[in-house]
Amino acid sequence: MADFISGFWNMYVMVLVALSILFCVFVLVANMTKREAGEVKLHGHVWDENLAEFNNPLPRWWLYLFWITIVFAVVYLAIYPGFGNLNADRGQLSQYSTEMKVADEKYGPIFAKYGEMDLMAVAADPEANAMGQRMFLTYCAQCHGSAAQGAKGFPNLTDNEWSWGGEPDTVKTTILEGRMGVMPPFGPALGGEGVKDVANYVRSLSGLAHDSLRAQRGKDMFDQNCTACHGADAKGNPMLGAVDLTNNTWLYGSSESTIIETITNGRQNQMPAFKDFLGETKVHILAGYVLSLNKDKK
Amino acid sequence: MQSQATYNYKVVRQFAIMTVVWGIVGMLVGVIAAAQLVWPELNVHEFLHFGRLRPLHTNAVIFAFGGCALFATSYYVVQRTCHAKLFSPALAGFTFWGWQVVILLAAISLPLGYTQGKEYAELEWPIDILIAVVWVSYAVVFFGTIAKRTVTHIYVANWFFGAFILTVALLHIVNSAAIPVSFMGMKSYSAYAGVQDAMIQWWYGHNAVGFFLTAGFLGMMYYFVPKQAERPVYSYRLSVVHFWALIFTYMWAGPHHLHYTALPDWTQSVGMVFSLILLAPSWGGMINGIMTLSGAWHKLRTDPILKFLITSLSFYGMSTFEGPMMSIKTVNALSHYTDWTVGHVHSGALGWVAMISIGAVYFLLPRLYGKTEMYSTKLINTHFWIATIGIVLYIASMWVAGVMQGLMWRATNADGTLTYSFVESVKASYPFWTIRFVGGVLFLGGMLIMFYNMVKTIAGQKAYNAPVLAPAAAHA
Repeated sequence: MADFISGFWNMYVMVLVALSILFCVFVLVANMTKREAGEVKLHGHVWDENLAEFNNPLPRWWLYLFWITIVFAVVYLAIYPGFGNLNADRGQLSQYSTEMKVADEKYGPIFAKYGEMDLMAVAADPEANAMGQRMFLTYCAQCHGSAAQGAKGFPNLTDNEWSWGGEPDTVKTTILEGRMGVMPPFGPALGGEGVKDVANYVRSLSGLAHDSLRAQRGKDMFDQNCTACHGADAKGNPMLGAVDLTNNTWLYGSSESTIIETITNGRQNQMPAFKDFLGETKVHILAGYVLSLNKDKK
Repeated sequence: MQSQATYNYKVVRQFAIMTVVWGIVGMLVGVIAAAQLVWPELNVHEFLHFGRLRPLHTNAVIFAFGGCALFATSYYVVQRTCHAKLFSPALAGFTFWGWQVVILLAAISLPLGYTQGKEYAELEWPIDILIAVVWVSYAVVFFGTIAKRTVTHIYVANWFFGAFILTVALLHIVNSAAIPVSFMGMKSYSAYAGVQDAMIQWWYGHNAVGFFLTAGFLGMMYYFVPKQAERPVYSYRLSVVHFWALIFTYMWAGPHHLHYTALPDWTQSVGMVFSLILLAPSWGGMINGIMTLSGAWHKLRTDPILKFLITSLSFYGMSTFEGPMMSIKTVNALSHYTDWTVGHVHSGALGWVAMISIGAVYFLLPRLYGKTEMYSTKLINTHFWIATIGIVLYIASMWVAGVMQGLMWRATNADGTLTYSFVESVKASYPFWTIRFVGGVLFLGGMLIMFYNMVKTIAGQKAYNAPVLAPAAAHA
């Protein structure tokens, strides 16, 4: 694979690298002198009363060290990419694919065994769950936390509440394909007071303290603006990732001010897709692990 | 022909004193940052958060402490070895005050969160312009003095100072090129994009190490080591070879900061081989310094200033061996992003840069006030040992932590999954971070002893400017 947009730059790099190595050679060759018999003489200039210089020849071992590094450079550039386009196919990409191929051959069968099992069977298998947990700690813990209990904006995966549905295959699809959660902003449409009214109504849905007058006013606006996604019963719609507003599980927080913020500005939430990165078999085991965290719930 | 004119020591005095002051400030911030890693609850406010204090620490020790040491010594050395007064004392005075303003602006803007996000080049564009103006003035004063010299040959220390001044101007101006989008908001965007921006940043970053922290300090070494040892430099020929090889090869070494990234393979390889070639030129400086002592080794026993200078050369040799090794891609795959890098940097920064600066300032201070010795030689000795123990604790703990982190990150289970999550490697690092903190406290403690010694040396003394010496007879 070529790194250069034209043959000129290829030549340019080659010439520059060659000249640079030759410069180092030149500096060395131009200064190789034999040690003369007798005492080493001063170079013959004096500065600031007593600053003078001997003119010892270059130490032998140092000279050899210099030559060795130059020879190493030439040999290395003859084997690996660096001298223009030469050996461009021996770069880090081929190193990566070679190592991945070896790893897949070695570890593939271990994963494959579980890839064919039913998801719930994987979820019940202690050995598969141990593997799943190790992968979870590497790929998922950054957002969902090492105990999978989530954080603000990142769902808790242990409470058996699911924005996008908790069916085994749905959980697996979420990991494979990722999800784009979008709550549109309603600030401009509802106005400051309107948003506050709707927020109080939303709090009333899960039995949180609220201003009942506002909640009553908010209900009408909710019915007109929010039910399309969250449903008339406000229990959400997993097809759209619209969350259940009645269950007291909150992705961003339940305080009045947070809900006002959510309604006013909307929310954008992304779960990345892992299909290409991990492959279906590993995702299968990961999904099993996530499901296992919810086994005893509900 | 002994003239009545005197050397301009005023600006040297100013910079020498501020070297000690900024050294204490910069290292104190470093110690606080180290403590924050051990006790995260010390991140008390956004202005004092680790993410803001770390760049403040690096800028303060490199540019405030190291920078003042370089200004002080280069202004002293260039006058003494050119047998001429400083060119344009007014402009030299401007470089002092200009540089102090830069440091103050850095100390205010970095905690407030203004940053270009480029390592060692964090300062925003209005400050960058001031740096460029001060630096060009510095070049005018330095090379103006060289032009005024009354000796024919330019002493080797001045080659290194000259290369350092010219190259840092080039590096700073090219890397800091940016499109300003707000003056009061101090906001700009880099003139470069993507991997090219990264490459220019590390071309700058590694040459900041190569020229600011190496060539400049080699200039210092070439004056203060032979002066303090009262011996001739070991080899003129070696200084010629390693000078040209060093300043030429450093330019190529930047890509080793970007191994295994989006940087094209050929650039990584070229950066790696030239980093290896850099080993011998770097060691040339060490050999020339240490071998200068041949015939005067006994002085090490009694002279703590010489101890500082020679120990600094040992650390210089050690870290310039370590650097090329770490640039090898296979080694880098283990060491990159770990505390090994932090240890490597500090073996250079504390061991080489700080030790030689401290030695040079101990040499300068009494001479700038018409004395022959510091107030207490014993305290210099104490400082030396505290500093040395501090460095050893620091770099040894970072080596262990770094190698441990690298090994933990790559450890795999029988099924190919990673053995450790990232946070486990953080947890395992705590004991070493504590040792590092102790090392830092010791090194800072040494600086406080130096401050006391400096105050006692200066107290009651009048500023002194030595008369300009006529060149030795053969060169007049």
